[in-house]
Amino acid sequence: MLESNSHNGFHPAIEVRGVKKVFRERKRKRWLKYAIKEEWAVNGVSFDVASGETYGLLGPNGSGKSTLIRILSTLLIPDAGEVRLLGHKLPEEELFVRWKIGRVSVDAAFYKRLSARENLLYSAYLYGLDPGPAEKRAFQILDRLGIESRKYSDPLEEMSRGMQQKISIARALMINPPMLLLDEPTTGLDPKSRRDVQKFIEELREEEGTTILLTTHDMAEAERLCARIGFIAKGKIVAEGTAEDLRQQAGAVTFEDAFIKLTGENLAEDEVKEEG
Amino acid sequence: MGQTLTRSLFLTGHQMLAFIFRNFHLTRRYFGWVIVFSFYAVVNSAAIALIGVAINDRKLTMTLVVGAMLWGFLSSLFNEISMAIAYERWEGTLEYTFMAPVSRLTHLLGESLYAVIYSLVRLFVILFGIALFVDLDLSNANWIGLIVTLLVSSLAFIGLGLIAATLPVLSPERGPEAANIFQGSLLLVSGVYYPIEILPAWLQPISTLSPATYALSACRKLIGINSENASAGKFIGVSLLEVWPELLTLILMGVVMVPFGLWVFKRVEKWAKRTGKLKRTG
Repeated sequence: MLESNSHNGFHPAIEVRGVKKVFRERKRKRWLKYAIKEEWAVNGVSFDVASGETYGLLGPNGSGKSTLIRILSTLLIPDAGEVRLLGHKLPEEELFVRWKIGRVSVDAAFYKRLSARENLLYSAYLYGLDPGPAEKRAFQILDRLGIESRKYSDPLEEMSRGMQQKISIARALMINPPMLLLDEPTTGLDPKSRRDVQKFIEELREEEGTTILLTTHDMAEAERLCARIGFIAKGKIVAEGTAEDLRQQAGAVTFEDAFIKLTGENLAEDEVKEEG
Repeated sequence: MGQTLTRSLFLTGHQMLAFIFRNFHLTRRYFGWVIVFSFYAVVNSAAIALIGVAINDRKLTMTLVVGAMLWGFLSSLFNEISMAIAYERWEGTLEYTFMAPVSRLTHLLGESLYAVIYSLVRLFVILFGIALFVDLDLSNANWIGLIVTLLVSSLAFIGLGLIAATLPVLSPERGPEAANIFQGSLLLVSGVYYPIEILPAWLQPISTLSPATYALSACRKLIGINSENASAGKFIGVSLLEVWPELLTLILMGVVMVPFGLWVFKRVEKWAKRTGKLKRTG
């Protein structure tokens, strides 16, 4: 039974308790002989995110960040544990949850041949919104993110990754969700686009009070945007707190040193491997 | 109560419109390929019909024309629905669609509705194309009966398409291949270009399971290919009452297959969410 954490003025928007997810892959050994390979993507993760809070999950590639986001997005069913979003239990109440979440993933999932406008209008219809006002809201967001209006009719395949990611953010926010799941939204963006997106996330938290779960492997981004951060490694949250708490827990001077000490992982090496 | 139902129906219609809007614009953006495939379909159908013209047999010509056109319609319908999930996976939008607050019924009905509209337009393009090569006598055909048969057979093919649409969810690589094999098997057993009686005896019972068998039989009767004067080249279509066994079978197939297809789809979706098969790269 999920114990609610709504004491001391802490009203959780996201409640995750002992969540586990294992992926099994069948590998052929020889003729008609198969071996099952098991990989624990998430192994007993628990955390809460307060309403209006920006919470960061910081971890290297393969640490379980995206699996957690997929579970919260109703795209994966956990093998064990309990999950509640805005009081709705998953997967039982997934349709209620879907109305209330917006997701931006590392890969902007668009129909690349369609224009930004067509993709946004498709989303408006999908979420039962009146296309006119929804489009207006999306364009206001794009304007704040620095996308020129003359680009709206261009096919997305002709746009840079940074522009596509900004349109993905506008699409998620067009539905005005009380909760935003951001899965490495700035990975692969140029410094200017990265700064634009980070600034927008800050403004969103201040102006709209949106609850945000952000996964990243950018130390500075996590420190700048998140009220609290969970370090995740090999499917487990190994430490949690404010950036200052985590530095103190590790007895480290920098946030990066704290991460290495507490997780035994090095994100800088991970970034180099990824770029290579 | 009434207000809630109205709002719910309005929302369902609005969400179904999302898939029609999206697929219409995708068709527009891929219009070059639409022309290429339509050109191929017209040439292919005309080439088949010209076999009958070559031996100066109007009854055979019309039998082949009906086969080519109806198969063009039904295969397009089946293809659009069965490949809907595969297309989303290739575009990388599968997860986005599956996390939207849309019931699977609304989602798949929206896809199916567009597939019916698209396939009907394509059917008339093929009909126009064939008419450029073959002297078609459809003046005494039962047109209302033909449209009713097309719509009724669409229901059964939508059901089959829904079942086949689960294949790309089960296996991103093998699923679309299996859907094409299934479609090819329907072409083989349904008597599209030849009588079922010439198939090997062990294959003939399978033809009774294909909705295309009944749709073709009804359409040929409604055009008058089996009428008394057909051999002399005069076709007089029968009334709807005379094809009721075929229509009833098609209705029953649709009534069974559409809910069954949805049930199978939901089971497979749940399985995919447990095993992580929805992931965009598969």
